[in-house]
Amino acid sequence: MKFGVIVFPGSNCDLDAYYLVRDVLREEVEYVGYDQNNLTGFDVIILPGGFTYGDYLRSGALASRTQVMEAVAGFADTGGLVLGICNGFQVLTEAGLLPGALCRNDSLQFRCRQVYVRVENSSLPVTKRTAEGKVLKMPVAHGDGSFYAPPDLLQELENRGQVVFRYVDEAGLATVDANPNGSSDNIAGIANRRGNVVGLMPHPERAGEKALGSTDGLVLFESLIGFCRGREVPDNA
Amino acid sequence: MPEQQDGKDKQARIWRKLGLKDFEYEMILEQLGREPNPVELNMYSVMWSEHCSYKHSRSTLKLFPTASPRVVQGPGENAGVVDIGDGFAAVFKIESHNHPSAVEPYQGAATGVGGILRDIYTMGAQPIAFLNSLRFAPPDTDRARYLFEGVVAGIGGYGNCVGIPTVAGEVYFEPCYRGNPLVNAMCVGIMPLENLVLGQACGEGNLVVLAGARTGRDGMHGVTFASEELSEQSEKDRPAVQVGDPFLGKLLIDATLEAVKNKLVVGVQDLGGAGLTCALTETASRAGTGLEVDLEKVPLREEGLQPFEILTSESQERMLFIVEPEHLPALEEIFRHWQLPLTVLGRVTGGDMVTVRFHGEVVAEVPAESVAGGAPAYDPESKEPGYIRQLAAFDPLTLPPVGDPGQALLDVLSSNDIASKEWVWQQYDYMVRTCTLQGPGGDAAVLRLRETGKALAAAVDGNGRLTYLDPYLGGMLAVAEATRNVSCSGAEPIGITDCLNFGNPEKPEAFWQFRRAVEGMAEACRVLEVPVVGGNVSFYNEVEDEAIYPTPVVGAVGLLEEAERHCGTGFCREDEVICLLGPQQVSLGGSQFLKVYHGKVAGKPAGIDLAMEKKVQVLLRGLAAGRLVSSVHDLSDGGLAVALAESCLNGEVGARLELPAADHLALDLFGEGPSRAIVSLPEENLDRVLSTAAECDVRVIELGRVGGDSLEIHCSGRRVFKVGLVEMKKAYGEVFPWIMK
Repeated sequence: MKFGVIVFPGSNCDLDAYYLVRDVLREEVEYVGYDQNNLTGFDVIILPGGFTYGDYLRSGALASRTQVMEAVAGFADTGGLVLGICNGFQVLTEAGLLPGALCRNDSLQFRCRQVYVRVENSSLPVTKRTAEGKVLKMPVAHGDGSFYAPPDLLQELENRGQVVFRYVDEAGLATVDANPNGSSDNIAGIANRRGNVVGLMPHPERAGEKALGSTDGLVLFESLIGFCRGREVPDNA
Repeated sequence: MPEQQDGKDKQARIWRKLGLKDFEYEMILEQLGREPNPVELNMYSVMWSEHCSYKHSRSTLKLFPTASPRVVQGPGENAGVVDIGDGFAAVFKIESHNHPSAVEPYQGAATGVGGILRDIYTMGAQPIAFLNSLRFAPPDTDRARYLFEGVVAGIGGYGNCVGIPTVAGEVYFEPCYRGNPLVNAMCVGIMPLENLVLGQACGEGNLVVLAGARTGRDGMHGVTFASEELSEQSEKDRPAVQVGDPFLGKLLIDATLEAVKNKLVVGVQDLGGAGLTCALTETASRAGTGLEVDLEKVPLREEGLQPFEILTSESQERMLFIVEPEHLPALEEIFRHWQLPLTVLGRVTGGDMVTVRFHGEVVAEVPAESVAGGAPAYDPESKEPGYIRQLAAFDPLTLPPVGDPGQALLDVLSSNDIASKEWVWQQYDYMVRTCTLQGPGGDAAVLRLRETGKALAAAVDGNGRLTYLDPYLGGMLAVAEATRNVSCSGAEPIGITDCLNFGNPEKPEAFWQFRRAVEGMAEACRVLEVPVVGGNVSFYNEVEDEAIYPTPVVGAVGLLEEAERHCGTGFCREDEVICLLGPQQVSLGGSQFLKVYHGKVAGKPAGIDLAMEKKVQVLLRGLAAGRLVSSVHDLSDGGLAVALAESCLNGEVGARLELPAADHLALDLFGEGPSRAIVSLPEENLDRVLSTAAECDVRVIELGRVGGDSLEIHCSGRRVFKVGLVEMKKAYGEVFPWIMK
């Protein structure tokens, strides 16, 4: 079981993901440079948060054209698991591996705070160990996190179960106040059709230790690990 | 004859235009042994500016104690270095970027952050946290809000992008900062001691290498601009403000630290104020060597830059390395990976001259020590300002008593200085690097160190109002409060860095304020046994003859042996006991209450007994180490009532308290005095807390209990007020979201 964490120029949550996997989950993990072209041997690829290429042009746009992204696309094609967090989510949409786009927060300001998200689809590799309707606490820290998709695409995402996480309040209600950035339909994270590529704006890797305020993010990684080990995971929780 | 006269006048205009005094020009002639050419004169003028040469502050700064068994590097290098055990060191420094932020708030603040960041990794340390201290005019005009909003966005814009968390800070508002806001940025880093690298051009034959951004015309003579009073003209000086590129900054950190870790460089110096001139002359002068560089090799952003422009440009995100020739290929490999330009400019020579060539022609040849360290040290005239005695004579206790104390609390909680600054810090990523155990909103930030299992605490504090009323006391209080905040988190203060924001030192009254404040700070450092390891002086904070309050800001760093020991400021559990620690003496002189409720900045602030301050800090650390208390909160602006309200709000739980009989209700509730804190603790710990306090010789009073959904205060059997959490939260939390909408 091996995780890879992509390091683009300007990635800055690469070490957060790396240390969570190594020190908290105690799994094997390696950094993968932006100029690499081979992802053989990895089970999960994490695209971490940050400001790749300074977010110049558009967030994630330049990173989506790096050499390693061709390898990530191939990795996803063969069913490999890809998790894009924050800027990593932006890179995935810019690369066309996930639909929709991430626009400027409606406040026009960067937002760093704890939010709650509700699991909308628990049948995916990344959510298998949790349950639909489960509310998870984890932080957001971004300026361009407002998920946008045209109405017909939103409907399609909904119908196909591609909406994975939604911003909610502590009680699990998708209110306006619970939405930190103005995302369409409070969408916090989505999957591709196959369900092996997932992107989300909140930071599960920052919610892996009690000392940091929440351990709710762990379940995403545990789900991925469980899936990769091929264990049958009962829908509990 | 007339022609010659003309020529001399023209030249006179040149050095005066560059900010040099006639007397200083005479010194240059003497030290150089000839007339400087225009390029050399430019080099001298930037390095002999107040910003670079500290000519009005140097002799006073000698008052600071700078040594302790832990200090590895004190003032004089890019940042202070303090041993934290296990082979590691903490590296930290604070610096001002006031003048640039006054004319271009976003870039001024952003490059302030970028500049202090470079000071830290230049030493070989991994930056782990930013702090900041800000002062603005009250946000009741468009201009004031524009500056406030722009500065906050600039700090976030740079810090968030480079991926270093902004974990603590302070923001205050006074009319005196209207034309001249204060933007002080602090950075803390950590490094294995063996990686320490200094800004020295050692080793004849070693290469002088410039890396990072291309050089452009931004920030020309920024240091000269920073060494004058601001005026109507300052808007036109906008080109003197540098423009930051945090993405390049992030790459430069990663590449530089990789080079340092692999021992590929023998000297590192960032290019900040005074640009290449400063980096060349300082590294040579520190090492006692000479340098030879070819200026045409500097990668330029635009064509046609003159040698003096290349030498004084303050383009950001540039580093100078001193490299042994055999290590150059490995260094080039690292910078190629990060896609950063790297150019060999020249080499280290014997002797002590910095020789600058441009396309083969020598355009400057100056003694490094003369340019970097030859500026005069002034001993300015000093005179107590008349207002001091006049304002001290005011007795706040003669004011009419408070009609509705509950409403007074809400008024103070919703005042600009006290109200929650969440609007500010939610724009900063305070969690990136996943080491932030305590972020903004506490007394001190706490950062765990993966490398050692320990933690660092850091706080930044300064009170311009109190320093205005009594500079000596204000200086002592700044050191006491910053170190107390660190002690509140359980950490032992191991060093401070200071940013001294004052008016024009050539005015005797302004210099008197500076001198007295530094004397107070130095005295506090001596008694509290905490060294000053670096800092920055910002003079000329004046607009149209109106000076800011003298504002010394202190950044304190502390070491926490066990990361888990820190405790927060919020009450945690119902029924826990609330105690007040520390002396009784408080005053309404200079207090927030006086400012908010009576619109006055006057009176005598409560004095400080530094020996007692030390005892209180020992007690605070003892309580944390023994895990005897659940929360600790320093009593500061707004006194006891505000501290209690904040502990309730941070813990989302109420409290019920009985105060000892009061002579003067407002004084008891809102009076401010140093060396005090409130703690909450489980009842079974009370005896041990009392005995520990007795051992430390610190007074403790039991005030009441945590619980309920309101803050309720009784005195002499009468209820003074009962204010609901919801009401307090509204007063405290909604001010800035509303003002800044």
